[in-house]
Amino acid sequence: MSSRQPLAAQAAGSSDPADNHHADAPVIVALVGNPNTGKTALFNALTGFRRHVANYAGVTVDVARGPIRRARRPLMLVDLPGTYSLVAASPDEKILCDALAGRLPGQPAPVAIIAVVDASNPTRNLYLISQLLEIGKPLVIALNMIDIAEARGIVIDAGELSRRLGVPVVPVVAVRPKTVPPLVRAVEETLGAPAPSPAIPPPQGTTSARGRLACTSPEPPTPDEVQARYAWASRVLDGVAVRHRPSGSTWSERLDRVLTHRVYGALALALVLYALFYAIYAGAAPLMDLVDDGINLVGRAAEALLPAGFARSLVIDGLLAGVGGVVAFLPQILILFLFIAVLEDCGYLARAAFMVDRLMRPLGLSGRAFIPLLSAFACAVPAIMGTRAIADRRERVITILLAPFMSCSARLPIYILLIGAFVPPRQWLGGWVRLDALVMLAMYLVGVVVAIPVALVLRHTVLAGPDPTFLMELPSYKRPGLRTVVQRMTHAGRSFLARAGTIILLVNLVVWALGYFPRDPRVLRQVEQQRLAADWDGATFESQLAGAYLRDSYLGRLGRAIEPAIRPLGWDWRIGIGVIASFPAREVIIATLGTVANLGADADVETGSLRDAVRRMTHHDTGRPLFTLPVALSLMVFFALCAQCASTLVVIGRETGSWAWPVASFVGMTTLAYAAAWAVSATASACGL
Amino acid sequence: MSLDLAKPGTRFRVTGVRTDNPLSRRLMEMGLICGAEVHLLRRAPLGDPLQLRVGDYELSLRSTEAALLDVTRL
Repeated sequence: MSSRQPLAAQAAGSSDPADNHHADAPVIVALVGNPNTGKTALFNALTGFRRHVANYAGVTVDVARGPIRRARRPLMLVDLPGTYSLVAASPDEKILCDALAGRLPGQPAPVAIIAVVDASNPTRNLYLISQLLEIGKPLVIALNMIDIAEARGIVIDAGELSRRLGVPVVPVVAVRPKTVPPLVRAVEETLGAPAPSPAIPPPQGTTSARGRLACTSPEPPTPDEVQARYAWASRVLDGVAVRHRPSGSTWSERLDRVLTHRVYGALALALVLYALFYAIYAGAAPLMDLVDDGINLVGRAAEALLPAGFARSLVIDGLLAGVGGVVAFLPQILILFLFIAVLEDCGYLARAAFMVDRLMRPLGLSGRAFIPLLSAFACAVPAIMGTRAIADRRERVITILLAPFMSCSARLPIYILLIGAFVPPRQWLGGWVRLDALVMLAMYLVGVVVAIPVALVLRHTVLAGPDPTFLMELPSYKRPGLRTVVQRMTHAGRSFLARAGTIILLVNLVVWALGYFPRDPRVLRQVEQQRLAADWDGATFESQLAGAYLRDSYLGRLGRAIEPAIRPLGWDWRIGIGVIASFPAREVIIATLGTVANLGADADVETGSLRDAVRRMTHHDTGRPLFTLPVALSLMVFFALCAQCASTLVVIGRETGSWAWPVASFVGMTTLAYAAAWAVSATASACGL
Repeated sequence: MSLDLAKPGTRFRVTGVRTDNPLSRRLMEMGLICGAEVHLLRRAPLGDPLQLRVGDYELSLRSTEAALLDVTRL
């Protein structure tokens, strides 16, 4: 999740001069509602903060906050996880209850509540409202999705609903921010107003939600209580929500007849997944060329400006080589997130979970785990955070531990580089089936195939327990919102670049420095003597000198130290350097290979120069090519299975609440990766590849 | 009859919710209470879970969870 700080400054500027200093402290307003009511979209519309909006249950996993725009006094909106009830049944709902009760550290209890009600599904939404009314805090109802409700023939009399509930009811369309200012006015007017006094009060004789919120483990509602609350909801809605058509037989249901069909549904899912991989591999090429050209331009400019030596090496080999090579993969990440955002927003991702639930069950998982695991193909970090929507702790931990096995976008660079360099360019059926694409698919499958026994071992040993449930709302299909999709893509792109700009740049500079220093003058003298003896030309001398410097560098010494361990894989110390240097983030291996291959500035996969350079790399002792097909395959398999990503490990620790899991994850995955790399290398060599 | 044995494409009324399971509370809170009308839309391609229309929304649940609900055909 990204920072939420920049907007705080705007809130400070909107203070009312009539207010005294104390009143300038923002009033906390909580945003509460059922999952899938457009709560996150409303948060974005109210705060102008561009945040992830999704159309399947439980995407809001963090308590996000932001000042409400165009409010006459400072109002801090806190977006709480979606829930069906104020009696928590999942960690998400526990967060919500704790936040409402003011039990979250550093988070005072909200003064007022905005409750989002999905106008197309009023009855179930009012169940939660019956509890919110009992808390006794100023409450405003945002009647959202009135457009969808009207399309389904449901018309709600907001004025009469407001009278019956005793609280303001403001119709909004959260995806159209222009519709929200009346909601802000209503919140401002409600602050300091007397407690809600509904014309039809919530049922008596039930345990009050206020009392339940006050204790950390409240008693669950009895069947009679649930029944009474639903009966109340029906009374409130009688004559207020008018149906012009019987429910059901919508176009969404007709679409579902095909998309969740036994045969067509499975075909559609396979097609969607294939299209995803095809688009990433083939569709990104023109965009990547564009990025490449830009990076090369900067590189040439830097070369012209800087004299040869330390500064030029730092800028070209350190800065540009590292960041430039990584930025070139931005188009693929954008395409991947385009797919995920569209599938999520249109409601298809929930259907995918519905269809694959049966498949996940033998692993001790449910279809719910499919969504985080699928998004782990983009990046394990958001995927692991997304598992908070999984109520079952055991299922959640298994999903978290499996997520890093899915091939994330950071592995793409190494696959693309090595496949491009060493997999023969074969294609069949007029180019629709390509060998390189098949090897790429195999790399994606390696993680999935290994994850299955890992899940089985986990569920029968350290994480043994009863199977999780699969109670999940299937939201209606809708046209994906362009805004939502674009926001999701730019957010993904920005966070990837931020990673490239921080961790990766830092690591690359450290690696560059480790590879540049100590620059012992004796190395220069030694190579000059060799030059005299062997009568080298200038270019050979330069290349030999660079190689000798690197071999003598701290990085070279480190790589040679681990060489005995990696020699059985057919790797040498330079690959060892790459593996060590890529611990903070896998994609660093590309920049590192660019540096160790003495390439200078052009650590850029798609222009072919790095590709050619790794092809030219030879064993220093024998002169045989370093990267054979078995070595390339074993390195790819190693990176498919290893846990070389500091961010993922940190997030695993935070989400599981125990540092034992990330340590176990790193040790376990590295062991598996090493074993699989050895097996692949040995098998490929035995097959004469 | 319990819902997991019901035929897809049929409408039912919930006549009972077995309360011996912690999950039954959530089922009820989501609207699967006695007297509620449900429409069993279909089973997933692999036979399980079930897709159900409850009031104005759709829900998926596994056969084992549907077994907590007693229904009669409408």
